[in-house]
Amino acid sequence: MKQIIAKAFAVATVLTLVLAACATPTPQTVIQTQVVTQVVAGTPVETIIEVTAPPATEAPQQYEGVTINVLTFTGPQIAEPLQRRGPEFTARTGATINVATVPFSDLYQKALTDFATGTNSYDIIVFDPQWMGDYISAGYLEDLTDRVNANKELEWEDIGPFFRDFSATYEGKVYTVPLDGDFHMMYYRTDLIKTPPATWDEYIALAKEFQGKDLNGDGKEDFGTCMAMKRAAQSYWFITSIAAPFIQTQGTGEGAFFDTSNMQPLINNAGFAKALDIYKTLSTLGPPDQLNLDVGDTRGLFTSGRCAMSLDWGDIGPLATDPATSTVIDKVGAAIMPGTKEVLDRATGKLVPCDDKTCPYAIDGVNHAPFAAFGGWSGAINAASKPEVKDAAFDYLAYVSAPAQSNVDVTIGKTGFNPYRLSQFLNREQWVKSGMSAAAASNYLGAIEGSLNSPNMVLDLRIPQNAYYQGTVLDTAVAQFLAGELDAAATMKQIEDGWNQKTDELGRDSQLAAYKASLGVKK
Amino acid sequence: MSTSVTTQGPTPTGSGLEAPSRIARIQARLDSVAGSAFIMPAVLVVLLLSIFPLIVSLYVSLTRLQFVKGGFQLTFVGLDNYAKLVVGIDKDHFLGVFSNPAPIGWLLFGLVVVWLAVWLARFVRGPNFSIGGLVSRLFSGLVISAGAWLIARTLSPEGRPGTVVVTLIYVFTGLVVQYVLGLCLAVLCVQQIPGRRFFRVVFLLPMMITPVGVAYLFRMLADTSKGPFYPVWDMLGLSNTSWATNAWSARAAVMIGDIWQWTPFMFIVLLAALESQSVEAIEAAVVDGANRWQIFWAITLPGILPVSSTLILIRMIEAFKIMDLPNILTNGGPGTATESLTLHAYTIWRTLDIGGSAAVAYMLLFIVTFVGVSYANEIRRRLSEA
Repeated sequence: MKQIIAKAFAVATVLTLVLAACATPTPQTVIQTQVVTQVVAGTPVETIIEVTAPPATEAPQQYEGVTINVLTFTGPQIAEPLQRRGPEFTARTGATINVATVPFSDLYQKALTDFATGTNSYDIIVFDPQWMGDYISAGYLEDLTDRVNANKELEWEDIGPFFRDFSATYEGKVYTVPLDGDFHMMYYRTDLIKTPPATWDEYIALAKEFQGKDLNGDGKEDFGTCMAMKRAAQSYWFITSIAAPFIQTQGTGEGAFFDTSNMQPLINNAGFAKALDIYKTLSTLGPPDQLNLDVGDTRGLFTSGRCAMSLDWGDIGPLATDPATSTVIDKVGAAIMPGTKEVLDRATGKLVPCDDKTCPYAIDGVNHAPFAAFGGWSGAINAASKPEVKDAAFDYLAYVSAPAQSNVDVTIGKTGFNPYRLSQFLNREQWVKSGMSAAAASNYLGAIEGSLNSPNMVLDLRIPQNAYYQGTVLDTAVAQFLAGELDAAATMKQIEDGWNQKTDELGRDSQLAAYKASLGVKK
Repeated sequence: MSTSVTTQGPTPTGSGLEAPSRIARIQARLDSVAGSAFIMPAVLVVLLLSIFPLIVSLYVSLTRLQFVKGGFQLTFVGLDNYAKLVVGIDKDHFLGVFSNPAPIGWLLFGLVVVWLAVWLARFVRGPNFSIGGLVSRLFSGLVISAGAWLIARTLSPEGRPGTVVVTLIYVFTGLVVQYVLGLCLAVLCVQQIPGRRFFRVVFLLPMMITPVGVAYLFRMLADTSKGPFYPVWDMLGLSNTSWATNAWSARAAVMIGDIWQWTPFMFIVLLAALESQSVEAIEAAVVDGANRWQIFWAITLPGILPVSSTLILIRMIEAFKIMDLPNILTNGGPGTATESLTLHAYTIWRTLDIGGSAAVAYMLLFIVTFVGVSYANEIRRRLSEA
């Protein structure tokens, strides 16, 4: 009897399941989020957040059934707004947005390998626009020129001319949609420092003054300056920021990486040696484990009140206004990166004092060369994606970049998006709404504008395989220098030899042409 | 396999013996190829998954990747990628910076040379002498001497070890400590002590954690300015110091993490070996008045040597692949102090210099193969025979 009941129950269960499977699916009413982490070679390489479409409206939506796979780096910065804006875009168009992330140091090869092997798992890559040459020459990125011209929501002309030209355009065609604007800046505590340092010597003097003092009232010794110096992270741009005012004096077109006559690296000279010396000194005026800190770590230290000064991209400004994490609200000033009163004479390789001729753009006798490090995260579209996916992908990038969204996102610290639109500089209301005082907003935006408008602004390196030049050769040598493995002379020689070897491998003339072309961008 | 011959079926047309013998021949032929046919799928899988990638990566190590219009191209560059590592721009990174050895370095190098000389002399005088054996031993001796010389010169005060020597330090320090600790724990867990079942499970836990998890765990634990051990570091006056800025303390952090994770592997295998030992010999020794140390040294240890030798070989090959810990803990820093060979290859590969990366990987393969084969031929044979 028991067996009969059990069989009857089993049959009933199966029937119920079959009927349930055959039934018309009910519309989904809940947005579901799924997080998957893969571990490859011991490193967590991918987190996929899938956002299911909300209930369909009665009329089929424009991109119903289209899935867009986005690749960027492990956040929370950058990935956060891309994930947050996904469901909104889904509700609007029906397209599903999947955001996959990899560690920063893997991003370049991950996307390139995906495209080169024909795997084409990603429709959008949000990446460093410096790298776009390698992608474009191989034909992996979609030309967005016509789409950009046709799209009204994007308000292309509102994007700063520099970001339109450098972060988005390559050889006259638009390949990316800028989502972020990047400059290195100096941050300081206004309750401790009244006048921001104008030169690196002044910066060091202030850092020495505050190193070891309690700056946030917790009874612990704090730090004069906090800088990201970790290897294989986002640290290697800082040495260029320090060296730039010593090396570049005659305006943006002069360049700070190579001699534009013969593509010889501007490394083995007194200016770079001085920069290395400053960098090493700064490594001793910060947290004890500064050599193992990335920007995420130093930002946390600064906003928790442990650092008198810091060098960073634009992120600290909005992060410092977040009451949940910041103890320095309205105590943060931003300024253009420090400069120098002695600059490199390229003919002799020696340092000479600043005068009208040697430093035509000097401010109060100090040559500043603000570094547009990285160029700002930008979104590009895989040329091999299906046409309807490309359309949806472009609309998604345009949606995220449009003033209605981006003007809010740039005021939120965790987004990692920094101002890049003219309206973001002009309209201070949104900044005040985010918690920044009007004075702090003016100071912060003024510092970025000061860098952006500098006639001696330094453009980041954008030549084929610059990821190798900077991410491998420069990064390794500077890390070895900080660790004491190399002295300054050996460091400069190692970088110079490494860059020259790669230049010769790839062709000196073609690399020189690419470098000169990159310096000719409009600002 | 059956070789019987059936006589049923169509009537033979010729002689009664001819047809069965033909069938027998066919069957014999089928039998002879059956082995190959059955093993073919496995061979194909091995070829496809192991040999083919090996050959392709060898080719890749002789090329340079470049992105060109319409895709990428691999340009054949001969041994350039290897030359870069051994005599070129990456030599200091790969082999290290050479300097005059310290007295201890000279001493160690001298001891290695003397040991090799004695080893060769014994072989020449011994009953198994052959010219082929002498040549292979001379080659091995030369490579070992070169390795000892490399270690002595790069570990000197003015020198700096490259990724080869750093990897060797990780492998051999890790092996010794893991084996000793694993053996101690196994001996403890064999004793009839309360809670031994619980400890058996607990001791195994580290092995169950993914290496990247272990790396993050140790990064947090070793953080002197925050983290769970901050009060301890602060009490010791170490809260303003960092292990990550000194080459040897950073390497020590990596090795501690590796030892913590892999000691359980040694432990579990040695525990099984200890538990499978027969008790008669030990009981006899007890009756003869042997103490615990004598029993361990004269009976237990020789008894588990065959297992130990295999265990060490497996762990050694695995240990050469260390990457997660230095990658997460320090990204290979400070400088290149904690960078292993696999991390070296990975660092180059990240910027898609896949030729250079494959060359480092092949150098690692040569080293692992040489160390593994030498160990298997000499030490493991002796240990197993002991």
